[in-house]
This record gives sequence, C-alpha cells and structure tokens, in this order.
Amino acid sequence: MSDTTTPDEVASATAGKPQGFSEAVEAWWVRVRAGQLGNLPIIIGLLAITIIFTSLNERFLSSVNFVNLIVQVAPLAVIAMGVTFVLIIAEVDLSVGYLSGVAMVVLGRLLGEQGWPAWAAILAVLLLGAVAGFVQGWFVAKVGLPSLIVTLAGLVGFNGLVLILIGGRGTVVIQNDVIIDITNRYLPTIVSYVLVVVGALAYGAVHMARRGRRARAELEVEPVNLLVVRVIGLAALGLVAVYFASRSRGVPFVAVLLVLLLAGLSVLLFRTRTGRHLFAVGGNPEATNRAGIDLVRARITAFMISGAMAALGGIVFASRLRSVDTGAGGGQIELNAIAAAVIGGTSLFGGRGTISAALLGAFVIMGVDNGMGLLGLSSGFKFVVTAVVLLAAVLVDSIARRGQKRSGLA
Amino acid sequence: MADQASTSPILELQGVSKSFGAVQALDGVDLVMHPGEVVALVGDNGAGKSTLIKGIAGIHPFDEGETQFEGREVAIGGPHDAAELGIEIVYQDLSLADNLDVVENMFLGRERTTRFGLINEERMEREAADTMAGLAVTTLSSVRQKVAGLSGGQRQTVAVGKAVMWNSRVVILDEPTAALGVAQTRQVLDLVNRLGSQGLAVMIVSHNLNDVFEVADRIVVLRLGKLVGVLDASAVNQQQVVEAITAGTLPEVPGMAGEDQS
Repeated sequence: MSDTTTPDEVASATAGKPQGFSEAVEAWWVRVRAGQLGNLPIIIGLLAITIIFTSLNERFLSSVNFVNLIVQVAPLAVIAMGVTFVLIIAEVDLSVGYLSGVAMVVLGRLLGEQGWPAWAAILAVLLLGAVAGFVQGWFVAKVGLPSLIVTLAGLVGFNGLVLILIGGRGTVVIQNDVIIDITNRYLPTIVSYVLVVVGALAYGAVHMARRGRRARAELEVEPVNLLVVRVIGLAALGLVAVYFASRSRGVPFVAVLLVLLLAGLSVLLFRTRTGRHLFAVGGNPEATNRAGIDLVRARITAFMISGAMAALGGIVFASRLRSVDTGAGGGQIELNAIAAAVIGGTSLFGGRGTISAALLGAFVIMGVDNGMGLLGLSSGFKFVVTAVVLLAAVLVDSIARRGQKRSGLA
Repeated sequence: MADQASTSPILELQGVSKSFGAVQALDGVDLVMHPGEVVALVGDNGAGKSTLIKGIAGIHPFDEGETQFEGREVAIGGPHDAAELGIEIVYQDLSLADNLDVVENMFLGRERTTRFGLINEERMEREAADTMAGLAVTTLSSVRQKVAGLSGGQRQTVAVGKAVMWNSRVVILDEPTAALGVAQTRQVLDLVNRLGSQGLAVMIVSHNLNDVFEVADRIVVLRLGKLVGVLDASAVNQQQVVEAITAGTLPEVPGMAGEDQS
C-alpha cells in the first residue's frame, strides 16, 4: 500500500462494501488514515485507562468493580445519550443535570407522599422531562434564543426547583422495590447468557434481512462470512462480560436497559426520518428547510428527547442512591454528559454523533472517576484528570478532522 | 435538442408582477417554456431573475398575472405547490447537507419508508443510482459518498439529480456553473443538454453568455423587472445579447422569437 491515499481510494473505502476479510481490514485502514477513526480512539482510550489503573491498583479490573462500574456509568450514559440528540442539531443542553435532579425529587415524592405505583410515577417523570425539553426547545427553535443561554437558565432554574421541592425534608427516601431493583437486582447468570446469544442472533438476523433486501435491489452486498465474524465477535464479547460479572453479583438489570436504549435510540437516529432530519438540521439548516422539513419541530424534538432521557437518568440515579437530597442533579452531570458524548466522537458543531459514542464516553469518564476513587485520590485530582482526558479526546478528534479535510471528507 | 415548435407549452406565465414594498421587482413579464427546450434567463443584477424563479418556485408568489401549467390555470402559492406540479429548482448554493451522503441528500425530506416506518435505504439507494445512471453521470464513484468529499461539479450533479428524480417536468437551474472550473463546467453543461433531450423543460439562469449560447434554444432577457425580449439563440450573437441586457435594445436582425413561435 502506498503512503498516500487517493480520493477515489478513500471514496471506495468509505462507501463501498468490502468483498472479503482482508479487503475489509484494508478498507478500514484506509478510512483510519483518512481520519475516519470511528470508535477506535475511544476503545484505545478505554484499554489505556484499564491498563493504567489496573497496574496502580489491581482491584480496578476485578469482577466486583466491573459490576460497580456498570451501575455507576448508567445514569451518566443515559443522560449523555439524550444530550447527543441536541449536540447533533448543533445546539447544547446544559439543563440535563439539574433536570435529572428535579426528576429524582418528583419521583421520590410521587412514590412516597403520593403513594403512586412505580409505573405511573416513572411515566409522569418521563413526561415531565419531555415537557421541560419542549419548553426549552420552544425558546430555542421558535423564539430563536441561543440554546446556551436558555438551558443555562434551565440549569439554574431546575437547581432552584430541586431545593424548593425538597423543602424542609432534607432528604426523600426511595423505598419502592421496582425503582430500587433497576440498579440493585441482578439477572440470573443463565438468563444473562441466553440474552447475549439471543441479542447476537437478532443482530445477525437484522443484518441478514438487510443483506437480502440489498441483493433484491441489486446493490452491493457484504459477504456472509464477514457478518458471521461480526456476530461471533459480538457474542464472544457479551459472553466474556457476563462471565466476568457473574463471578461477582452478576449482570444488573440496568445493563439490559442500557443495551435496549443503545439499540432503540440508534434505530431512531439512523433508521427513521426523524433521526435523519436531525442530522440534516445539524449539517445545513437552510437546505433542510428548503427540503420542506419543519426546523422548529425537528429542533424541539431533539430537546424533548434530551429532557426525557435526563429524567430517565434521574430515575436510574435515584435507584442507585436510594434517596434524594438537596444535592440532587449536582456534580456537573451536564458537563460530564456533554464530555462523554464528545469523548465518544460526537461533534459539538453538529451533524455528527452516535449513541454508542455516548455510552463508551460515559465509561471513560466514570472509569477515570472509579479508578481515582480506588486510588484514594480526592475529587480535585478526579476533575483534573477528567479535564486532561476530555482535552485529549477533542485533540484526537480535531487531528482526525484535519485528516478528513486533507482527504476531502469533511 | 428537441424541436420545440411541435410541442405545446408546459409552463406559461402571462403578465406576472411582483413588488416588495415600493420596489417593483417584476412588471408584467410573459414567459413560455416547452418540454425538451432549454431557456436561458439573462439580465443584469436587479433585473428580476431571482424574483421570477422564486415566483415560479412558490417561495415569493407573484402578486399579479396568470400561470398556466399544461394549458390549465394554476396557482403556485408555496414551494409545495410547485413540487406537486413537477417544478424543481436547483439553487446556486445547492442546498446539500455536507454531513449526509448522496442518497440521503437526494431524498432529504422525501425519504422512502418501509411499512414499519423505518427508512427504506435499499429502495432509495437503488433509485438514486438509477437516476444518476439515467443522467449518464460517471463522475461519482458511489452514491454512498458523503457530499463533503465531492467536488463542485459533482455537487452540482447531485443537486440536479435530486431535482430530476421526482418525475419533474420543469427544472430551473440558478447559476449552475458560477463556482466551477473549466472541466466541471463542461460536465454540468453536458448534463443540462441531456435534461433537455430527455424531454424536460429546462431554464438556466446565468451571467456567463458562453454557457448560455452553449445550451440555450431561446434567451429571455430581463431588464429592471421588465421583459426586454425573447431571442432565438441561433440567430443572435453575444454582443447583441449584451446590448439587450445593458441598454434594453433589441437587435434589428429578425432574431426575435416571440410568443407566436409555437
């Protein structure tokens, strides 16, 4: 292979279907050299974090800590997945941290004082998040105010709302079993294994069906053996993770929630018109408008998803903490959520982002947090290291984008 | 190029006017377009070219005048009405989203879906590839390329493909060669000629008279919102067109191709 890639090479590597395993690897390498790194930097980053922290304290890579990490990551990952939708339309949502706090307090009070059943309280809280997103989205999309300011007002306002709703109580204790089970119950090991196999087969089935449709439309198709390799790889990864977790308490319920959200939101983003229009809004609002797409509706939709996901993150957080106090929603959750998405490769300038980026990015942020905690370091050190990781991620992204510009891809 | 004399007009404007406040941007303009014919719209800045195509596109509907489509009186009150009739505009700045690929751009806002409401990527990719093949476009290596990686000529091709994919009857191109190099201009002009020979009514707005003479059958000259005249491209030269644009004077040679030609 030569040292430089021609635009045509890049074009075929980015758009064509590889016709064999070696060709797939070759195409991937051309893409990487052209600056389309995909999830590569973050996977390298996660490996580096694992190696560094394990060498400093071997408990980092223990089954117990692995299960802990999943539960710690969950609320942030859920919120980051939601923020991704707003980042894709080239806006920002700073309110998600305290909005999750409001969701926690409201959930606690509905379950405790009001005696609502868990399903009703969860629905009400999700609706509350979506409405909060709608109002902020309306100010941004319809009135035309900058999202930075609107959601900054949201941040301050929701923080106040948390304090008002907690009032003189000090703390609201969560005693509902359904809520607590989200992060404190574990799947039976055999069920976990079965779910991994079913999930991998479902992934394979979806792609086989797509392959069949492409063949019928006389389009290029991916060879079956490449797909088989992907399905086996996915299953192997899942089985190892389940085995590792099963040596401790097993796979928490919330892990299933994360996988379902990853799949469901990815379909919403990449396989529906709604998702496609969000990317278009982030890429070129004027072109999107001329294509007859309602910009206001698209933008408000993104904020509503962000709000509802922030509320869901609050529910998961409440499950983990089992109580809500005046600090609910604090601790720079919104900044960590945005950082998680950006570390994963979602662009702050809009038009580019994935759900898996948010999930992997949340693992990086909470991995650093968890590892520093095991080393007994203070919050101060955690923040500084998280800052360095964030800067490194954005640096890698910007270098990659320069590579893409050189290759004519961005 | 098709023989327009044998076909009846597809789009006919009679005495259309448009004013913005006190400014009369367009004053009683007549225009006829035939299937298979390429019409060039020329005029200096402020002559009303943009106003005319925006009126046809429904972006700024005309205040006065009649619009007939295939002999029927129609009212184009918005972009949707124009699209319904099969009138598509290719804008100067192309209206493509860089972060989407060619297929995604061509179907933006009109995505095909499956019965589950999911995007039917296979059908869209097939149709996009067929449209490009129908236009004899060979410069794109894949319709799954991101638009960001395309050259100016390739982008113009995508924008034109997007316009003609929807059973369009009338395609209007606003300055399609303005930002292009020599080879790419060649590609786009060839494409414009192919559109005409495929039976579409094509209007090209351009400042470049070389381009105009290259593709146009008739040249419509606007000046200060008024129609100066309609010239037969084969009977006039560039100098005469320049005079019509700048001074509003028509050549004395019988180059007039009036409304009675059909």
